[in-house]
Amino acid sequence: MSISPSESHASEAPAEPKGGVVLGNPASKLDLSRPPILEVDNLQMYFPVRNSGLIRRTVGYVQAVDGVSFQVPAGGSLGLVGESGCGKSTTGRLITRLYKPTAGRIDFDGRNIANYSASQLMPLRREIQMIFQDPATSLNPRHTVGAIVGAPLLIHKVIPKKQVLNRVQELLEVVGLNPEHYNRYPHEFSGGQRQRIGIARALTLQPKLLVADEPVSALDVSIQAQVINLLQDLQREFDIAFLFIAHDLAIVRHFCPEIAVMYLGKIVEISDRETLYNRPNHPYTQALLSAVPDVKQAAIGGRRERIRLEGDVPSPVNPPSGCRFRTRCPIAKEICAKVEPPLLQIGKRHKVACHFAGELGNHPTAPITAGMLGVDDQGNHDPGASPSKDIGNSPGFSDFWFDLKTRTMAKS
Amino acid sequence: MTQSESQIELLEPPPVGVVVEDKVAGVAGQSPTRLALGRFRKDRLSMIAFVVVAFYVVAAILAPILVKFDVIHPTALNPTLLNVDLGGVPNGAWGGMTWHHLLGLEPRTGTDLLSRLWYGMTFSLTIALTASVVAIVIGTVLGIISGFSGGIVDAVIGRMVDVTLSFPQTLMLLALSATGVALFAKILPGSQSDPLPNAVYEVLLLGLFGWPGIARLIRGQVLSIREREFVDAARLLGASRSRLYFKEILPNLWAPVLVQFTLIMPAYISAEAALGYLGVGIHVPTPTIGNILKDSVNYSQADFGYFFFPALLLAIIVVSFNLLGDGIGDALDPKADR
Ligand SMILES: Nc1ncnc2c1ncn2[C@@H]1O[C@H](COP(=O)(O)OP(=O)(O)OP(=O)(O)O)[C@@H](O)[C@H]1O
Ligand code: SF4
Ligand SMILES: [Mg+2]
Repeated sequence: MSISPSESHASEAPAEPKGGVVLGNPASKLDLSRPPILEVDNLQMYFPVRNSGLIRRTVGYVQAVDGVSFQVPAGGSLGLVGESGCGKSTTGRLITRLYKPTAGRIDFDGRNIANYSASQLMPLRREIQMIFQDPATSLNPRHTVGAIVGAPLLIHKVIPKKQVLNRVQELLEVVGLNPEHYNRYPHEFSGGQRQRIGIARALTLQPKLLVADEPVSALDVSIQAQVINLLQDLQREFDIAFLFIAHDLAIVRHFCPEIAVMYLGKIVEISDRETLYNRPNHPYTQALLSAVPDVKQAAIGGRRERIRLEGDVPSPVNPPSGCRFRTRCPIAKEICAKVEPPLLQIGKRHKVACHFAGELGNHPTAPITAGMLGVDDQGNHDPGASPSKDIGNSPGFSDFWFDLKTRTMAKS
Repeated sequence: MTQSESQIELLEPPPVGVVVEDKVAGVAGQSPTRLALGRFRKDRLSMIAFVVVAFYVVAAILAPILVKFDVIHPTALNPTLLNVDLGGVPNGAWGGMTWHHLLGLEPRTGTDLLSRLWYGMTFSLTIALTASVVAIVIGTVLGIISGFSGGIVDAVIGRMVDVTLSFPQTLMLLALSATGVALFAKILPGSQSDPLPNAVYEVLLLGLFGWPGIARLIRGQVLSIREREFVDAARLLGASRSRLYFKEILPNLWAPVLVQFTLIMPAYISAEAALGYLGVGIHVPTPTIGNILKDSVNYSQADFGYFFFPALLLAIIVVSFNLLGDGIGDALDPKADR
């Protein structure tokens, strides 16, 4: 893998017409043959809340991320979607180890880096990088673009100082910036260009995994597509795996063949793109999706009605008992307050955490989970039931799942 | 989730490697500092203040040279020009103003007032400047450490700030004056009458009491800079602590540090004058604006010029420095409305 603009031009640019209407890239496909480069298991991040008195005691915890598990395949991409404050950035920062997790495993390329020390992390810095949300604050206003993009090379001493400028110019060209602008300052660039600078910096060390934390949220709509497309091209060209964070489902659709939906520190639904967009089973995903105007559905006149969620997201310091979504869930029942729904696999590549999982308008009336949790339909302890162990919350998908229609275990 | 975000599917992007949206503001390599300089130049009042301050600094630097070459005579006595009957007040209007002595003479000794003031500016400026440097360096370093480290370090520095601020500064300066000066006289080489021990004592105490405000301000700045993502980006690259402090954070602090500097300078120039009035600091025959003023107050009626000119000089200097500080602050922070 080498970053060289000549290669990129040879393989990509001449093939596509310049100017005019350029057809977008095809949507990224799921490649099941690749092993996961990242596996996150039961990741937890509790930020202590201290009182403001003279002696600062810990009075509680912000449960920003609470038991999140997923996999990102090498060279693939997983989308992480959820409302503001649900813990997406925290998850990303845990994986890049800007934060040290309270609990859980982060297996990167076969090594659990969750408890790595700063010096152990140093070589890993080259392999896991991040694109930040706000290009206005993610670039040091007092550094030139050359200094920003070249910093990783200097810190890691990958190439002799004399060659840094050359490499910086190559990288600027790769991300679509004029290489002659290396001595300009960030404020001289537009938002989209600044984000490209941030992307160049993240690419400098040729990472295997990029955490993209809402890389286009701060950008103009007209520029969002350009940047996403750039990321997609880079992913193909340099075989980079992405954890792509976004706050709505429209952005990740093109980029991510697999998507996880987060609510208040937990994953509520995770599945391949087709299932998630066409047959979401969690009421929260359904609500999110109803806010995405769908071109195709509009064409056939089957546009869904927008589901408005009542109320605000509860505080992660004091999350609701049972299902965290229950305070806003349109179909919540008694059991939801008492028992937490497990992240149950209900399809080949589909998991959902809801007692009443089902397609929109087709939610079951009795909880599907009561039996395996050892409770009755109201969520009270059922002495007669035999709860099954370890349901849900392991990363990846199993060959067996609980089929909702037949209510039995199924196998592919 | 707005309507517009869905349009992403409809917009067709250009391929990789093609330079896009290439509309760059301004000309090449306009650093933030240069932009600030441009804004400063447009501000007339600040430019006037700048010229006055520059004039003052150049004059202060020239004074010792002029003394050496006998152009100004801050210690030459002229007893013949004094009126002995009136207790040593100079002959003539405005304290003996003549072409030879443009600002008149000092009563009792008959030394040239312009010479004394001019030479006094050198000492006043030196004291204010070194005290400012002491305060700024201590304040900035502690402020950065405090803001960036947080936790116990932050708490300890915070208490140091509180304690220092609650000390009765002027009282301390007065009370410890004799012992402090004696101590420095012992440590430092030179005779007892040398102005050095007095000056060092004054500088150190002013500086040691001046840092807390700066540390507090810098700490606040660091807290907000620390939250910006470029610091995380640097961390993520594995940047060392010193790189974070000095390459990432410090360059973003030049603006507040500079503004603090131009604000603490006039404060120290007037502090020197006030302390001189109280008899702390450099004593006659070495002139400072402070000790000239102290003496002149006794003559505010008998020889008004002797009191008026030093006071006017002090006022001009302090006001110009303050205006300069404000101008620099405005120029560096384009968002602040003026
Ligand atoms: N360093 C921190 N200390 C304490 N609480 C934090 C910290 N960082 C985040 N939180 C809290 O954790 C929760 C999740 O924050 P996070 O930034 O991960 O959300 P997000 O999903 O990225 O939201 P957004 O879309 O606004 O970026 C929030 O309630 C936030 O207030
Ligand atoms: S478990 Fe209950 S509250 Fe939670 S999403 Fe399902 S129905 Fe709604
Ligand atoms: Mg975020």
